[in-house]
Amino acid sequence: MKVRVSVQLKPGILDPQGKAVEQGLHGFGFEVEHVRIGRLIEMDVPGSDPADVKAKALAMCEKLLVNPVMEKASIEVL
Amino acid sequence: MRVAIPVFPGSNCDHDALHACGTVMGWDTIPVWHQETRLPENTELVFVPGGFSYGDYLRCGAIAALAPIMADIKRHADNGGLVLGVCNGFQILCEAHLLPGALLRNESLRFIHADVHLRVERANLPFTRAMRAGEVFQVPIAHAEGNFTLDPAELADLEARGGVAFRYCSSAGEIGEDHVPNGAMNGIAGIVNLRGNVLGMMPHPERAVDPKLGATGGLGVFRSLSS
Repeated sequence: MKVRVSVQLKPGILDPQGKAVEQGLHGFGFEVEHVRIGRLIEMDVPGSDPADVKAKALAMCEKLLVNPVMEKASIEVL
Repeated sequence: MRVAIPVFPGSNCDHDALHACGTVMGWDTIPVWHQETRLPENTELVFVPGGFSYGDYLRCGAIAALAPIMADIKRHADNGGLVLGVCNGFQILCEAHLLPGALLRNESLRFIHADVHLRVERANLPFTRAMRAGEVFQVPIAHAEGNFTLDPAELADLEARGGVAFRYCSSAGEIGEDHVPNGAMNGIAGIVNLRGNVLGMMPHPERAVDPKLGATGGLGVFRSLSS
């Protein structure tokens, strides 16, 4: 099954990239705030039970995909 | 002193480490390819060098932390062996959970290369015992992700247990945000684990050990290790 893991910096963590992009958008006149930049990881995971596939993806997050000091993830099974 | 320098694809300070440990200090220094599973016999110090291991993919140091040689480096550390991680080496030690915290993108978003001053916060470590607490020394930094971060409770714990080895400061040793080049919490430049045998630091002492290259500020760390 196709799995999409979205990795974001935790709310309290300064995101200088997001800040720079926000300033860039302000430069074009867009009214926008709290811009955060994350990472999107897509993969095919064997299995047909979404709960089981999600559990596998969670284990991957804990082992490698996410650094819990600074990041949090949301998992979507498509 | 026998030193092992693990070399990862993308390491680029391994030769600086080799020059400092081998040529300048005269230690028996052995580069070890990351695919090896054992450190050389009787390794006393593992020097995890700087660079861009695995192209900084995913997060700086995240992939190197999984390399085959890392299991033996963890075993070495668990047995009380010395481990020094500099720059990307520090990032790798954090990702390998040998040290707490993470190194985020510099607050300025820029890669910074500059000479900085560090203040010795702990002088009773194998890495600092030839220096005095409060002593100031000058070494270069060269990184884009050196913004040390830890959750507030763990940061308080790190400070309380004397886990901060080096802090960024002015040339006179003053501490303050103005002297922190990268946004690191509490101006932290280097930390040690609870046992005091694993040290990670963003600045490069190994690049300031040879008068021919114009700087010797990093020698204190190496003299400490040999004393």
